[in-house]
Amino acid sequence: MSETLRDIEKLADASYEFGFSTDLDTDVAPPGLTEDTVRLIAAKKDEPDWLLEWRLKAFAAWQQMEEPDWAKLQIAPIDYQSISYWAAPKKKPVLDSLDEVDPEIREMFDKLGIPLHEQKMLSNVAVDAIVDSVSVTTTFKETLAEAGVIFCSFSEAVRDHPDLVREHLGSVVPVRDNFFAALNSAVFSDGSFCYIPKGVRCPMELSTYFRINSMNTGQFERTLIVAEDDSHVSYLEGCTAPQRDENQLHAAVVELVAKDRAEIKYSTVQNWYPGDENGVGGIYNFVTKRGRAHTDAKISWTQVETGSAITWKYPSVILQGDRSVGEFYSVALSSKRQQADTGTKMVHIGADTTSSIISKGISAGNGQNTYRGLVKMMRSAENARNYTQCDSLLLGKRCGAHTVPYIEVKNPSAQVEHEASTSTVGEDQLYYCRQRGMSEEDAMAMIVNGFCREVFDELPMEFAVEAQRLLSASLEGSVG
Amino acid sequence: MLHVDDLTVSIGGTPILKGLDLEVGPGEVHAIMGPNGSGKSTFAHALAGREGYDVEGTVTLDGADLLAMEPEDRAAAGVFMGFQYPVEIPGVNNMYFLRTALNSVRRSRGEDEISAREFLKVAQEAMDLVEMKQDFLNRSVNAGFSGGEKKRNEILQMAVMQPKLAVLDETDSGLDIDALRVVASGVNALRGPERSMIVITHYQRLLDYIKPDYVHVLVNGRIVESGDHTLALHLEEKGYADFLGEDAELTGASA
Repeated sequence: MSETLRDIEKLADASYEFGFSTDLDTDVAPPGLTEDTVRLIAAKKDEPDWLLEWRLKAFAAWQQMEEPDWAKLQIAPIDYQSISYWAAPKKKPVLDSLDEVDPEIREMFDKLGIPLHEQKMLSNVAVDAIVDSVSVTTTFKETLAEAGVIFCSFSEAVRDHPDLVREHLGSVVPVRDNFFAALNSAVFSDGSFCYIPKGVRCPMELSTYFRINSMNTGQFERTLIVAEDDSHVSYLEGCTAPQRDENQLHAAVVELVAKDRAEIKYSTVQNWYPGDENGVGGIYNFVTKRGRAHTDAKISWTQVETGSAITWKYPSVILQGDRSVGEFYSVALSSKRQQADTGTKMVHIGADTTSSIISKGISAGNGQNTYRGLVKMMRSAENARNYTQCDSLLLGKRCGAHTVPYIEVKNPSAQVEHEASTSTVGEDQLYYCRQRGMSEEDAMAMIVNGFCREVFDELPMEFAVEAQRLLSASLEGSVG
Repeated sequence: MLHVDDLTVSIGGTPILKGLDLEVGPGEVHAIMGPNGSGKSTFAHALAGREGYDVEGTVTLDGADLLAMEPEDRAAAGVFMGFQYPVEIPGVNNMYFLRTALNSVRRSRGEDEISAREFLKVAQEAMDLVEMKQDFLNRSVNAGFSGGEKKRNEILQMAVMQPKLAVLDETDSGLDIDALRVVASGVNALRGPERSMIVITHYQRLLDYIKPDYVHVLVNGRIVESGDHTLALHLEEKGYADFLGEDAELTGASA
């Protein structure tokens, strides 16, 4: 193996800067999952009966289901009875005032670079901060309320806007959709809720920041975004977790509803703890994300996935209304022993619907990266169109990249295009950059960022910079 | 300024350069000519620091030991190589690349980074030199460039980097006559008392535009003849046959 190649592999071997844990006084339920656990969660949260019934229905369904095994992933058996399904910081903050947030939690978020004091915050971004199972605070609530936008924790939404939640919960991802979605539906603890009224353009970016802190707990949050006719919202989620030796399960569900002519842009920067170079520890990130686009509506998913030991997620769009638009932009990095099986599903139902998929997979170390995507043109999808581009970049000799497109076309007028490429960072590219004075590390970061540019261009400005930094950090190492 | 003493280079056990000596003074332009396979490009890459070469001998630039340096340190020391086949870097903006390169060498030299405003000025002057339009800087590095554009981009980079020693490896290959004229006039504009150049070429054609102070003939890993620009004209007329000796048949076959 050449010197350059060894250096590339060193570069790919990065340290995880968010691996600290915070000593919070936490209320944790004993491990195990039975109907009583579901009842306990509902009781802790003082939920209405309809929601408990909904959870129990999901739990019953989950018990009959089996883990999916079709993804190209090696997953050690998960003992669902050894996980604790409820963990919450004990000093429950008064949700209406930031000053009431536990100083230790505030400090934790400061350390993560997400200050919760409004005067210090990124301008024009409202944040809902979630630690373990519960939301600890939401910023900029009043500014949003003036525009009629509701942005709050899921628990608050159940309490304050039960009709809206009841109408849309499970309307895009039914409780029986898949094993992990059913599990989430039974035990979800909190999450974010967002409602944009008719004709409103949300005045700022909305953001949820997820942090797993406790040991041996799973994180099961739900996000529900409802954009009424002619409204517009851009939403971002970020995630980190402490460095721990055991695997932790994160099984989230995100549902988006874009009514007529509405637009939802949903961006994710996922940086859960990936485990170490021997594959010990790390988050299992098993997430179901789906949006329903009504007539002339547009749903756009952008994801930058650099963390987690295992990533299993396929943010999808059901293009129900005529002329609706679905987009998926993805960068997924698998280094060390990370595995990612990710992609999207575009289900075209309406006429003249269009979808585009740009997927960039980066594999390094012993990482395995699979793009798995479904493009389905239903019989009714007259003149529907899809364009898919899947590019894979290999850094080193022990990693792998796989592309598995599924295409189902039932309407002869539909058009589907698929392009795929696999490349390596060439020694000649690195040499060229070094001849121009750049260090090997800088050259590598530049080349990889260039590879991802089409996706980064889709992220809101502040987060595009963050994503580039994160990607460079994930590739950083000791160049000899 | 540049001293090359008994330079030998092997690649994968095969000797390519077999004891090359060369002295290049400040401000001088040296042309190196030779048949295919004589080791011209290997010499250029040995100066730039390409990996995978087994190199022996001595190469110093203003007294500094080039062979002990990484490629990026050689760049900071003032070595610039114009590539025969410039590399494509998709998604990386040409302007960003140039500015990163310039700032990298400035940092290595302990200088301040260039301001955006000052850089734009430098870039604009370089663009005028190679007759490139503004959008050139906003495209990805060499991606989708024509052969001529790639070579012009190399000269543009040289103009921005302002090297002490420029090694131009077959900069004329693949150029039509107009592009050749642009590239050559760019090179000529960058000649100066503080900048030495080594121009590697297969054909005399380039030397109609870039008049060298010295011409060297490289055959089978050694410089076998040196002279002024008239030597190039002689080669144009007679070919390399005079210099090939007992290897004539072999080298001729591979040409």
